[in-house]
Amino acid sequence: MKVKLKVENLTKIFEFNGNKVKALDNINLDVYENEFLTVMGPSGCGKTTLLRIIAGLDYPTEGRVLLDGREVKGPGADRGVVFQQYTLMPWRTVLKNVTFGLELKGIPKKERIEIAKKFIKMVGLEGFEDAYPYQLSGGMQQRVAIARTLANDPEIVLMDEPFAALDAQTRNILQNELLKIWEKEKKTVFFVTHSVDEAIYLSDRVVVLTARPGRIKEIVKIDLERPRDRTSIEFLEYRKKILNILRDEVLKSLKQR
Amino acid sequence: MKIKDIVLKIVTPLGVVVLWEVLAIYLNNPVILPRVEAVINVLIHPFQGILGTGSLIDNTIISIKRVLSGFLLASIMAIPLGILMGYYKTINSLFDTLIELLRPIPPLAWVPLSLAWFGLGEMSMIFIIFIGAFFPILINTISGVKSVPNPLIEAALTLGAKGKDILIKVVIPASSPSILTGLRVGAGIAWMCVVAAEMLPSSNAGLGYLIMYAYSLSRMDVVIACMVVIGLIGLVLDRGLRYIEDKYFVWRKMMK
Repeated sequence: MKVKLKVENLTKIFEFNGNKVKALDNINLDVYENEFLTVMGPSGCGKTTLLRIIAGLDYPTEGRVLLDGREVKGPGADRGVVFQQYTLMPWRTVLKNVTFGLELKGIPKKERIEIAKKFIKMVGLEGFEDAYPYQLSGGMQQRVAIARTLANDPEIVLMDEPFAALDAQTRNILQNELLKIWEKEKKTVFFVTHSVDEAIYLSDRVVVLTARPGRIKEIVKIDLERPRDRTSIEFLEYRKKILNILRDEVLKSLKQR
Repeated sequence: MKIKDIVLKIVTPLGVVVLWEVLAIYLNNPVILPRVEAVINVLIHPFQGILGTGSLIDNTIISIKRVLSGFLLASIMAIPLGILMGYYKTINSLFDTLIELLRPIPPLAWVPLSLAWFGLGEMSMIFIIFIGAFFPILINTISGVKSVPNPLIEAALTLGAKGKDILIKVVIPASSPSILTGLRVGAGIAWMCVVAAEMLPSSNAGLGYLIMYAYSLSRMDVVIACMVVIGLIGLVLDRGLRYIEDKYFVWRKMMK
């Protein structure tokens, strides 16, 4: 298996008014091509920080991130991000939000509309091309955000708890759609969540981080056929296993407050 | 419900007019308070020459032209400066103190300097209007640019945007509602400034001039007619820009 993304000896120390807080401690991680990898851990463990460093929106204190062997130096279109908060441009229609990255790449108008329409259809929003974000529900906005990221054809898709703000039903539906798109588009996905259920349902491998400072505690390979049954015995066994790994860390993170 | 709303909205102004008419009849002195009919008579003949100074329309157009010149000049300078000050910390630090010092000075305090620099005439009036409109446009532009949500900028960066794209494709559109608010406030102040500037001794046309000239001839009907026109134009200006805000910037509610 080809390594798509390599995180090497990565340490991140934040400084607030002279106080140093170590968020990530010596993370080493390989993400393989076409893999769906999920990172999870107790809140404050640095999982979002790790994603932001990979995206180039934050810088490591030590270590580095390599994408296809090239060191990441800042944000770029090769690493698409779907954020937890809604980040659509409110003055642009759905279509124009999805063409945003394509405009920047200088793709001709006709072609970029074609690409955008394909991805809008893929996320199930056909007919909403001319709607504005404020006219859409939270779930629909996240679909647009996913379409926007995919239309840009990144090497890897980074997703930071993209469904955290949604209700359970919408969440499950979007998880299924995400899997379908992932299988069809053959993308490498780096997914951050705090939901054990979501992690097992989606991922090839689940990386569990320790409480702050975040270190890799264990990497769990999920050997289940897709589509997965959330109520099957095997699924529940994985659930038990990961919850056990997490328990001590959650207790530790509660003591840190 | 809707009719009730309309009735409620016009009952007070109508009451004022009735009170005015009663008072005018009681006082019976057009130099203190003219009758309502006298003012209406001036207003319904807008093309008729008044006191040898041209018609109401002529004078209104002169005032509007002056406002437009000063207002456009202020916009051309305040919007780019505001964007740069909002976006670049260094530029903000360079200009901030100066602007905070100049901003509280009322436009009319600039009159003597303005007359000294630009002489008696158009330029000095336009300068006063410029001063009046400049600061609200600048301040609103700066605050609009500064309050662009960071997640929007980060999202654009991860889609491949660089510095210039961020400014043109994110910061400027995101702050445009705030800039328009600045333009609306600036236009209102510019309109007030033109009337004040035209009352200066150097002026020989415009609504402000006409008010002062009519006053010197004790023609209070003309004075009030001019005031009505000034009020109406101010109202139309404000409502027009508000309409644009509501129509083109509906998405604004999402930016909160």
